[in-house]
Amino acid sequence: KSSVQTIGEEQIQNPYTELLVLKGHQDIVRFLVQIDDCRFASAGDDGIIFLWNAQTGEKLFELHGHTHKITAIAPFSSSDASEEKNHLILTASADKTVIVWDCTTGRQVQKVSCFHSTVKCLTVLQRLDVWLSGGSDLCVWNRKLDLLCTTSHLTDAGISALVELPKNCVAAAVGKELIIFRLIASSDKSEGWDVLEVKRLVDHHDNILSLVSVNDLTFVTGSHVGELIVWDALDWTKQACECNFWDSSVQPDAQPEIKLSQSTNETSVQHLTSDEECVFAAVGKGIYVYNLQMKRVIACQRTAHDSSVLHIEKLPNRQLISCSEDGSVRIWELREKQQLPAEPVPTGFFNMWGFGRANKQANQAAKKMQENTTMHFLELVGDLIGHSSAVQMFLYFGELGLVTCSADHLIILWKDGERESRLRSLTLFQKLAQNGDLQLK
Amino acid sequence: MISAPDVVAFTREEEPADEPCREPPLPEEYSVPLCPFAGHGANPWAKVASSKFSRDFILISEFSEQVGPQPLLTIPDDAKVPGSFDLNYFSLRIMSVDYQASFVGHPPGSAYPKLNFVEDSKVVLGDSKEGAFAYVHHLTLYDLEARGFVRPFCMAYISADEHKIMQQFQELSAEFSKASECLKTGNRKAFASELEKKLKDLDYTRTVLHNETEIQKKANDKGYYTTQAIEKANELASVEKSIIEHQDLLKQIRSYPYRKLKDSDFHPYEPECALDQASVGSDQDLATSDLAEPGETNPYSRVPSYTPKLIKAKSAKCFDKKLKTLEELCDIYFFTQTLDQLHQIERTFRGDVCYLLTNQISRALLKQQSITNFLFEDVSFLGEKAPGKQYRGCRGLSQDATDRKCSEETPAPKVVISLGSYKSSVECVPIKMEQDIEDPQEPAMTESITFEHQENLDYLDADIKGSISSGESIEVLGTEKSASGLTKSESQASLPISPSPQVGRSKVGSRRTISEDSIEVLSTCPSESLIPEDFKASYPSAINEEPYADDEEGGLRFTPKLSPDNADEQEDGSNLENLAQVDSACCIGKESPNFLEPLPSLGQKLCDEDGVVRIPPQPYRQAEQGLCGSFASSPHHDGALGGLLPHELDSRYPAGGREVSRTSLDECSDSTSYISSAASTCSDRTPSPAHPACLANERHKKKAGQNALRFIRQYPFAHPAIYSLLSGRTLIVLGEDEAIVKKLVTALSIFVPNCGVYAKPVKHWVTSPLHVVDFQKWKLIGLQRTASPAGVNVLHALSRYSRYVSILDADSKTLRCPLYKGTLVSRLADHRTQIKRGSTYYMHVQSVLTQLCSKAFLFTFCHHLHLPITDREPEESVVNRRMNFLKLHLGLANEDIKIVQYLAELLKLQYIQEPGQGVNPLLRFDYVPSFLYKI
Repeated sequence: KSSVQTIGEEQIQNPYTELLVLKGHQDIVRFLVQIDDCRFASAGDDGIIFLWNAQTGEKLFELHGHTHKITAIAPFSSSDASEEKNHLILTASADKTVIVWDCTTGRQVQKVSCFHSTVKCLTVLQRLDVWLSGGSDLCVWNRKLDLLCTTSHLTDAGISALVELPKNCVAAAVGKELIIFRLIASSDKSEGWDVLEVKRLVDHHDNILSLVSVNDLTFVTGSHVGELIVWDALDWTKQACECNFWDSSVQPDAQPEIKLSQSTNETSVQHLTSDEECVFAAVGKGIYVYNLQMKRVIACQRTAHDSSVLHIEKLPNRQLISCSEDGSVRIWELREKQQLPAEPVPTGFFNMWGFGRANKQANQAAKKMQENTTMHFLELVGDLIGHSSAVQMFLYFGELGLVTCSADHLIILWKDGERESRLRSLTLFQKLAQNGDLQLK
Repeated sequence: MISAPDVVAFTREEEPADEPCREPPLPEEYSVPLCPFAGHGANPWAKVASSKFSRDFILISEFSEQVGPQPLLTIPDDAKVPGSFDLNYFSLRIMSVDYQASFVGHPPGSAYPKLNFVEDSKVVLGDSKEGAFAYVHHLTLYDLEARGFVRPFCMAYISADEHKIMQQFQELSAEFSKASECLKTGNRKAFASELEKKLKDLDYTRTVLHNETEIQKKANDKGYYTTQAIEKANELASVEKSIIEHQDLLKQIRSYPYRKLKDSDFHPYEPECALDQASVGSDQDLATSDLAEPGETNPYSRVPSYTPKLIKAKSAKCFDKKLKTLEELCDIYFFTQTLDQLHQIERTFRGDVCYLLTNQISRALLKQQSITNFLFEDVSFLGEKAPGKQYRGCRGLSQDATDRKCSEETPAPKVVISLGSYKSSVECVPIKMEQDIEDPQEPAMTESITFEHQENLDYLDADIKGSISSGESIEVLGTEKSASGLTKSESQASLPISPSPQVGRSKVGSRRTISEDSIEVLSTCPSESLIPEDFKASYPSAINEEPYADDEEGGLRFTPKLSPDNADEQEDGSNLENLAQVDSACCIGKESPNFLEPLPSLGQKLCDEDGVVRIPPQPYRQAEQGLCGSFASSPHHDGALGGLLPHELDSRYPAGGREVSRTSLDECSDSTSYISSAASTCSDRTPSPAHPACLANERHKKKAGQNALRFIRQYPFAHPAIYSLLSGRTLIVLGEDEAIVKKLVTALSIFVPNCGVYAKPVKHWVTSPLHVVDFQKWKLIGLQRTASPAGVNVLHALSRYSRYVSILDADSKTLRCPLYKGTLVSRLADHRTQIKRGSTYYMHVQSVLTQLCSKAFLFTFCHHLHLPITDREPEESVVNRRMNFLKLHLGLANEDIKIVQYLAELLKLQYIQEPGQGVNPLLRFDYVPSFLYKI
């Protein structure tokens, strides 16, 4: 029996009351990347990249070039502020190529196919106007796609994640290890760079799955067995480590079967995101909020979803969105704990029906949090159900809405129905005026 | 006292066909006889039941120069149709009216025979003794062998219903003109080729004769001519002359003014039979056989090489030769085309005149609400080429004069604004309740009125015949039995042919003097149907310019605005003004409340005291001063939009009057249901009234309506289900039995708004699990429930997406859907409704939905309801204004608001949609809890 919190059908705080299904992909859609204010690109296992208009859901371009599934995608905007901004995207594929696309024309700008292995991550260092590709080795490229330098062969498994650090450094997750590289302006060439391995950190006991930079001073890594390590970005020392906080003993009412069922898969740190004060970790089926100052988990939702959480994101308004393999997207709100008169409610009973009981469950959740000695709690304020398979990723477009992509080959654009209605009215009256229908003849 | 609905409940109604069981008979004192003729299965509007034919038909007759008037063929070509009706006699009658048979021959001034391109003449003719009324269309065809090269023909539409002929005159005229033009085109073609052949013959003859003369010349060089030679020379000369004559004729026939062909609405070549294939019943074989013909007789495929013949000097006596048949007179392609067209006409005008008129009215009205039509109207129905397209022609004859006057004085406001072209059709259906309908003498009276009016014209006729008769003239030719009080008619009766023929004949070589629009009533009314007093009373006033303005007895029809209208108007006006004042919070309706021109409401107009509609709806008039006028005259658009509102305030409905209007609505729908049922009891008389293109459609509607009726009676939770559909929440009908599910889907489909101009978003039967895309695309889905593992998946998907759908379980008879507390649906689907027939219920639904559409339209197109008036205005005040409008002005309660909002979104989407680019299907939904309803 699942102890997943449900919200029922009445979701007052959920703004997404309109959806648009974008069809085009023929396989799992894994990546979404924002290009500018109203455009995004999607890519997945079918090797096709689509460019979409986030407002209208219009398909702008269909980019064909890769023969295998896409493994990484990164936006690559020109840093030149003076001239018109030229939007490019980089895509890496299992066919061992990287293609640069022009988002304005929908054309392939250039294709690089001199890789020895599949490129698994791409990072653009805007400041240096170079980009890095991480596969079995790390390559540094400039804007013209000249290979500036490369490291020696690191591992067969390849670099799984890359993050930019201050002082021209990057951190690369290679298996269990975290390797720090530094880019040094090459002495012989004017615009060349050399890459140098600076440090190798071997604190994780399992593969590092997620790597995120919090601010200029800190970055965080999460591993498959659920270790979360906070690093100093300057001297690469371990600031804090939170291991197996998910099944901590502070959970008094943890049912034994949950513990038993906790395989490593359910404790892996799938995704990390952060704001200035907190790190949000998608661990197994749950979501954890780790406060950097207090150096402890301040709120958690042990089973936020029925299945692994794949992606989480913090919204500006203290809200958190998570998507999961169970095909749902949930919207959470981080709330201060209130001292509620703990009303003994027979819990779990209403879950079977699951309607109109959102409040009670919220209470229940609150009560749990209280006992957990956390000061905050995550309240479920809405869920989005549309996909029939795992939701791989989502992209928050502010008031334009939310884009989700899924293994069911679909992309869904979730929109605020009120706003859309208003916009349509605006368009309507503009069109009326334009047609001259408002004038009296 | 028993209130009206109770009485209605005890009326004897015809049960739907598939429910043969009848309730036990009521005690006699409780049963209300519906109609004095009900026992005879008569249509209450059919005044004459004495006609000998069973249904309307088209008769083609010829005035043969050999045997006189003779019937040629009838459409439908079925001996049963005319029955015992004497076609020969009627042919004589209708042919005798064509006194204007044009003169062809040698006009005094010219050397050669001249062809006249004569306009057809159109005559309305009545024979009340036979119970037959006819629209008669005279035309002449060319025949080289006929006297004066012309053969007079006529096509007559014969009906037992005089009103039908009168009121559909323009349409009949237009349609028959098309058919006639087609026939004549074919005839000209045939005539030309005949002439060519003849010319070849003559040429050949000339050569032969020439050769013979040469031979003779050579053979006899004596210097003098033998009589034989002279004869030959004469013969040759006459042949030469004949050649010149025929060449001239050929030139003439080829120079036929093809101006008509350029008219956009005239397509003699257009095979309008594509739709015919859909037709069913007795016409099937006919239509198909007709269709087959053009294929095998392609006029272009065979160009026979003609071998010229020698022409004898003396042509055979005209009585010896066999005259060409109609078929031979006309190119076969065009002939079959004409027959097709006539079949089409027959089908179009089949059925009761009320039906035709209602159809025309609704078409005319629908045309005006082009923006909202896509929501609930049948798009194919709208798109098709309607026969009643000439709406100006929908005017009834008896109203003709007034209408003309009216339209001359106040030209119809030109609808230039697509926005303005929308009329809230519910409120402004110009169905008139005439005061004189209770008058048992009504038939005679209308007749008398037309008579008087016509006499008025006749009177003028005597003086300025030419000018008058070139316009629309109406003539009365009274005959032997007409009323004794009618002196003028009597004088005319002595000449069965009115003076105009002579005038016509005297103008030799010109076109018909009385052209296209002449209408005649040749009446042989028995005296009892005429009321001499009426004539006496009104006849003198007929001379006046405003003939009936002060005539109390007969003048009612001629007062353009009836008093109830005016009363309504005032009442409404005050009503609306009040409302406008009350609602000063809303920015609208303040500026110009005075241009609000209220329109008669449907509910009040349709029924008189006893709730039975006795008069067919009056034809729709374009000149109706309604919203268009007020819209065009409003100072600026905000005001205009605001000004529109109070029409829709629906003051009668929400403000206490709801119950009344509802019952009246029910009543009238009930009474119409009765009428239609009565009409169908005598279905042999008026066979299934249906427009050919909608026949299948009609059947579907009827079925859907019947199923829907059953649904709302059977399921107490019909309202929330319908609300789901109207608010755009997909309704899933879940069941094991495909037939039951499909039946329910059909029933509910009439409530589904269209999302675009495409087919309805209804999926009748699905067996696979549903996805979110399906809810985006379909708004009503029939879903299979199976016990197999696949079925489990189906149910799983359903529970997963339960927030987007309402689920009607056909097996366990439950419904899971959001709560509905509004009032709109209860008007739409009252389970205690007295409506018995599916088609009636369908119409009821359609009318309520149209009203709903008009609300949605107003809501959508009111600028200030959606956008701030000034830049600084906060969004909340706009929202407040919007809700205020929905609640107070549109009188919507609770969930009804969501319906209108959903429809408004659809309208917006449709309007802002770029042409050529489909509407992005989007799914709107609400996070509202669902409840489980059980029986």
